[in-house]
Amino acid sequence: MMENPYVPFPMRIEEIITETEDDIIKTFELSFVRKEEEEQFVYTPGQFAEISVFGQGEAPFGMASTPTQPGRLAFSVSKIGVVTGALHRMEKGDVVGVRGPLGNGYPLEAFKGRNLVLVGGGFGFSTLRCLTNFILHDSNRKDYGALTVVYGARAPGLLLYKKDLEDWRKRGDLQVHLTVDKDEKGWQGHVGLVPDVTRSVAPDPRNAYAVVCGPPAMIRFTLPVLKELGFGDEKIFLSLEMRMKCGIGKCGRCNVGSKYVCTDGPVFSRAELAGLTAEEHV
Amino acid sequence: MIPGGYGLPPSSKILKKDRLPSFLERLLEERIVFAPVRRGEVILIREIHAPSEVVLEYENAKESPKSIFFPEREPLFRYRTEKGKVEVDIPPGRERSRVVFGIRPCDARGLLLLDKVLGGEYRDPYYFDKRAETLVVSLACDHPNPSCFCLSMGGGPCSPEGSDLLLLDLSDGYLAEAVSERGAALLEDPAFEKSDEESLAVAKKIKRESEVSMKPVAMKENLEEHLERVFDDPVWKDLTETCLGCGICTYLCPTCYCFDLCDEAAGSSGERIRVWDSCQFPLFTQQASGLNPRPTAKERFRQRIMHKFSYLPKSQAMLGCVGCGRCVTECPVNLDIREVVKSLSGGNGG
Ligand SMILES: Cc1cc2nc3c(=O)[nH]c(=O)nc-3n(C[C@H](O)[C@H](O)[C@H](O)COP(=O)(O)OP(=O)(O)OC[C@H]3O[C@@H](n4cnc5c(N)ncnc54)[C@H](O)[C@@H]3O)c2cc1C
Ligand code: SF4
Ligand code: SF4
Ligand code: FES
Repeated sequence: MMENPYVPFPMRIEEIITETEDDIIKTFELSFVRKEEEEQFVYTPGQFAEISVFGQGEAPFGMASTPTQPGRLAFSVSKIGVVTGALHRMEKGDVVGVRGPLGNGYPLEAFKGRNLVLVGGGFGFSTLRCLTNFILHDSNRKDYGALTVVYGARAPGLLLYKKDLEDWRKRGDLQVHLTVDKDEKGWQGHVGLVPDVTRSVAPDPRNAYAVVCGPPAMIRFTLPVLKELGFGDEKIFLSLEMRMKCGIGKCGRCNVGSKYVCTDGPVFSRAELAGLTAEEHV
Repeated sequence: MIPGGYGLPPSSKILKKDRLPSFLERLLEERIVFAPVRRGEVILIREIHAPSEVVLEYENAKESPKSIFFPEREPLFRYRTEKGKVEVDIPPGRERSRVVFGIRPCDARGLLLLDKVLGGEYRDPYYFDKRAETLVVSLACDHPNPSCFCLSMGGGPCSPEGSDLLLLDLSDGYLAEAVSERGAALLEDPAFEKSDEESLAVAKKIKRESEVSMKPVAMKENLEEHLERVFDDPVWKDLTETCLGCGICTYLCPTCYCFDLCDEAAGSSGERIRVWDSCQFPLFTQQASGLNPRPTAKERFRQRIMHKFSYLPKSQAMLGCVGCGRCVTECPVNLDIREVVKSLSGGNGG
């Protein structure tokens, strides 16, 4: 990490992909302006970075790119307020500031040799895309067991990463279950809620881990299903979203009980969270 | 402080009151000096330019001195953007060293907590830059206020923690005890003279009397664990019913450090600013999904208490309260943190 943890380094927007038909989520592909930061930015799936739009401020976003593809970072940004709105107005060639990588990321060591079910929705799917592409990489695939991805959106046009979804569908070494709330002409996936699909496709909980990342309501309804399926609290990992500013455990904003989501998380096992005395956080 | 009960600690000297101005003069030649001054009705810690401004007969300053190290508003960097380019300039560190003179031991001790939270893996360069070049000379309390409770918080009215030099008023002069090497170096100033057995004995007596005069706060042992057990107790609702959520308690507190980061832009250039924030404000934790884990004053007040008396003891091995009493005297609805801790200590849940 840089010596002054508040100062962002520059990255250039190389590509902007409008992901959803409602234009709410765009993916920004960024390249490093300076060599030194490219070398220092070593990250794990599930980590995040603070992105600055100078003059508008900063906001945290999970890395949607995979560490197996160096030189570029991707972030999928849902337009919701000041910084995200400003990002959406930016163009190819513009420069943003980046601080990171921040947070802990997914526990890859624990996942090795295990079957995995990844359950996601909304922009929360960004870090699961990162994790999926990381696992699917030639140098990593053999280290992990069967991979099941459950991904839901309200409508087919709101699903992110259509190209990846297509590539994954063609592969034989993972199962992808897409689901939407309402059927549409030509739709070939599931129709129904993420928790229900999870119930029908999740692997045997023995030798498996579940990772959940998405809107609070999705998490809330998926957790009991996983429990029902036999996933113990220490076998379920979730990525929490809390309001953040500093991202480095200083500004006092993002705590869940005695833990800071920005430095102790954002990834926690359900067992860890159960051990904390805190407000409802999902 | 007296090894073996005899002899003089080499690190304590006497500063006669009539020599104080000359000492301050010399400090002013070398350093920026902050000290208690009168502003209207209240005492504040401000930069001084002449010894005559300093007021040492005072209870405590209205505001804590934390802003000297952790300003209420602080530019972190300046940026300039052009199409496809950005330049970032970090403000240079300080050139002149500083001294904070005559603050109270509770406030000096509060700095130790800031050292912990702003240190660690991501060391805060702005804070430590100011901390490194600022000496802390504090003034022990011989007559603590009724609202003070430093002793119950692990400090004390004459506690040297967090200071470089600690002064104790012996009426015609001050006993000056060096707490750090930097403090000992200050004692080299010609204004100081050797201390004697008698002054040390008087000092000891004053310290003891001062401590005895403080009313202890009824606090459960292992409070940090106990508070977790009473987290959902209905007592929180009653306790916090009157809280206005004004945040005064956190702004005045020497150990509260929560902040916000924001940009102040003028065209294509501007600054990233750090400003104090407060866990007592509803937007502090408002999330994009619409969820707010602390939607009412109850959760926000509870966060303040949990942070100070449970989370910080767990993560930093130090209470987040030094017992300065500011939140007790300044809360517009007289919410007394001592009473809160007392009620919670008596609550059920184990
Ligand atoms: C670890 C982490 C990873 C995230 N990853 C992504 C991602 O991959 N893609 C994505 O689109 N979003 C992500 N978010 C959420 C994103 O950070 C917020 O949507 C963003 O900060 C809003 O900034 P804004 O300036 O546009 O909104 P503002 O104008 O500040 O506010 C708009 C609304 O968003 C709320 N809000 C502001 N800041 C945050 C925040 N940091 N977290 C939650 N709510 C906030 C406000 O209270 C308000 O309701 C992530 C958040 C966290 C904590
Ligand atoms: S000063 Fe009193 S009223 Fe204001 S936020 Fe603090 S406890 Fe509540
Ligand atoms: S919580 Fe109140 S008494 Fe304790 S240090 Fe802060 S302002 Fe002082
Ligand atoms: S975002 Fe500042 S403490 Fe976590």
